[in-house]
Amino acid sequence: MFHQRIKKVWLVALCLLLSSNTVFAQLNVFTCEPEWAALTRVLGGDAVKVYSATTAQQDPHHIQARPSLIAKVRRADLLVCTGAELEVGWLPLLLRKSGNGNIQAGQGGYFMAADQVALLEKPVVLDRSLGDIHAAGNPHIHLDPYRIQQIAAALSATLIKIDPANRNHYEENLQRFAGEWREAISQWERQAQALRGKRIVVSHNNWVYLEQWLGLEKVAVLESKPGIPPSSRHLAQVLTRLKQHPADMIVYADYQNNKSARWLSGKTGLPIEGLPFSVSDKENLIDWFSRLLNQLSGVGNEH
Amino acid sequence: MQKVLLVAAIAMLFNSNQVCADSETETVKRQLDVFKKQSAQAMSALEVRLVQADKRAEQADARVQAIETRLLESNKFRSVASGQNSFNPAISLILDGRFANFDNDAESYELPGFALGNEAGLGERGLSIGHSELLISTNIDDKFFGKMTLAFAEHEGETETELEEAFIQTLGLGNGFTIKAGRFLSQLAYLNQQHAHAWDFADAPLVYRGLFGDQLIDDGVQITWLAPADIFLQWGAELLSGSRFPAGGVTNDAGAWTVFVDTGGDIGIAHSWQLGLSHWQAAKIKDRQSGGHVHGGGEAETPSFSGDSKISALDLVYKWAPGGNSKNQNFTFQFEYFDRKEDGLVTMQGSASPVEMTSYKGHQKGWYAQGAYKFQSQWQAGLRYDRLTSDNLGSDAEVLAEAGLDNEGHTPERYSATLAWLPSEFSRVRLQYNRDKSYEEPNNQVLLQYTMSLGSHGAHQF
Repeated sequence: MFHQRIKKVWLVALCLLLSSNTVFAQLNVFTCEPEWAALTRVLGGDAVKVYSATTAQQDPHHIQARPSLIAKVRRADLLVCTGAELEVGWLPLLLRKSGNGNIQAGQGGYFMAADQVALLEKPVVLDRSLGDIHAAGNPHIHLDPYRIQQIAAALSATLIKIDPANRNHYEENLQRFAGEWREAISQWERQAQALRGKRIVVSHNNWVYLEQWLGLEKVAVLESKPGIPPSSRHLAQVLTRLKQHPADMIVYADYQNNKSARWLSGKTGLPIEGLPFSVSDKENLIDWFSRLLNQLSGVGNEH
Repeated sequence: MQKVLLVAAIAMLFNSNQVCADSETETVKRQLDVFKKQSAQAMSALEVRLVQADKRAEQADARVQAIETRLLESNKFRSVASGQNSFNPAISLILDGRFANFDNDAESYELPGFALGNEAGLGERGLSIGHSELLISTNIDDKFFGKMTLAFAEHEGETETELEEAFIQTLGLGNGFTIKAGRFLSQLAYLNQQHAHAWDFADAPLVYRGLFGDQLIDDGVQITWLAPADIFLQWGAELLSGSRFPAGGVTNDAGAWTVFVDTGGDIGIAHSWQLGLSHWQAAKIKDRQSGGHVHGGGEAETPSFSGDSKISALDLVYKWAPGGNSKNQNFTFQFEYFDRKEDGLVTMQGSASPVEMTSYKGHQKGWYAQGAYKFQSQWQAGLRYDRLTSDNLGSDAEVLAEAGLDNEGHTPERYSATLAWLPSEFSRVRLQYNRDKSYEEPNNQVLLQYTMSLGSHGAHQF
């Protein structure tokens, strides 16, 4: 009799423990870039625990499969990365070393943002003499808010698929985000009307989606080939071209080496701006886009 | 509205004059009209804004729709374009060539106290191609990954092909487990897991040359387990055939085995580290052959070891990259320490009978420390120091000396410096200088080497 009661108590305790586990268990999400971390945070809310492998100050291509990253992937329930070969040097290695079945390619917990949208600049010729190009197209898709909107819908669906218990939570979050996001887009587009048709010189060809969205005209790239530092001959060519057809500004991602950009600015007198390439620590996507656009709109107006 | 009415009522109460009261009502009426008009305007303005917002939402949806349509189209295009060869594995080719100049003859190279085997040596003088490697790898299905590495090298006028790696590996077995089977680079220590073309120096550390003949490769099974912790903690073990140097012809079934544990992590965003302990062991080795101490014009006698061998290793790696960006600037420091104990018999094969032999109790230690600093996006410089010691005992000191196991009172050491030019991620041209005191006569060595990687993108291993 007494024993039975004890058994019952244990059973109840066990049930409580299990149920409390399911209530408080957060999805472990491993994101490769901070923009996806921000997006997952807003869509997952308190149902997810998000880790970002890189910060806005890191070049997402040049990352090593560090021990700390392997340890994080080992415990991930969901992997959110850009794809399109941006992480080709380290992500496959992390996956192989993780011994984690949930987030392998093709599994439910494997989410590549680039698979959800159409990519620009898919190369016709694949040849390394053209630099470090990506066969799938330009992977820097997070600079187009419309693509972000599309990725958000797909990511929310993935969250629901691997964590159906929190379906309502994810649906509400998506709805709220989509509303705020649309409102923000219309505000940005009003603000960026003055930028339409501006001629820009970029350091690395990673702004195409922003250029397309805002109607900026890219007149020159300082790297003659992606991923390869600009040669002095190429810079001289850019300089002569700019003398004939002046540009409005030179922009670069603020994590990149700006030596060549500064040199060109000194020679041409063009304003130069280091732009935040992604979300900084604890920032949300809307704040980051606003910051980026404010900075871009303010170029040349500081004097 | 209520306020206005209240004011009107109070005004009526306090005004006894009828005329005055009439005019007050008029005022209230007019105020009411104005108020009605204002609220109607506000309402219609709100409606307009709502319609605009709806329109904007529609526009946004339309643009998303457009991108979606483009995605569908590009996907259609993709499937047509990939066609037959889309399931081809990742193939890459490493081309390596060098110019070498040594003060002393490469043939007379030795490491007193260490019996050299496998590929140990200085390589060829003058112009030569080094290891050209063909790497083929891919995910086999959702459960397995496979990889093969073929190495081509020129040796005494003939092209030799060596199967360096041929293994399969589980993908996401679950709970942190990974199993590998086939021929692979042993996970003993640190540098051993990397292909020679990924090293920061053109040649192997002296201790790798002395113990493994440059690298420990064997056939077998490896299992690793990654602990579910925030810090990186990996345990692993390998069961190896022991048919290759430095086991070389084991008679029992177990062959050789290793166990290892690695831990590592980050300190802030700029620093990362890894620390490893590992152990290799082979029992009942039979006839492990190595190159001996060459006597001028002497008979070709080959030292052969039979017995037990144990190696313990410690490895430490520290990397720094400002802001976590290794592209423009980074620094790597690595240190490895090895300790080998052997117990058995050494015979000189090919010696006139009675065959020369000695009992053998060997104790060899070695370490190296190196730093490589990438000071610009295309330039890297490195420094390395090597040092070996040995304390080998045998019943017949003369045979021991003949087998190259007597250290002759010498402590082998070497200083190296490199400067590498890295035009892109896929190419490297390197100049290296060694002040090599492997044996009694110091040797100045200059190496000029190119290493190029063609095809699929290589892995950024830590």
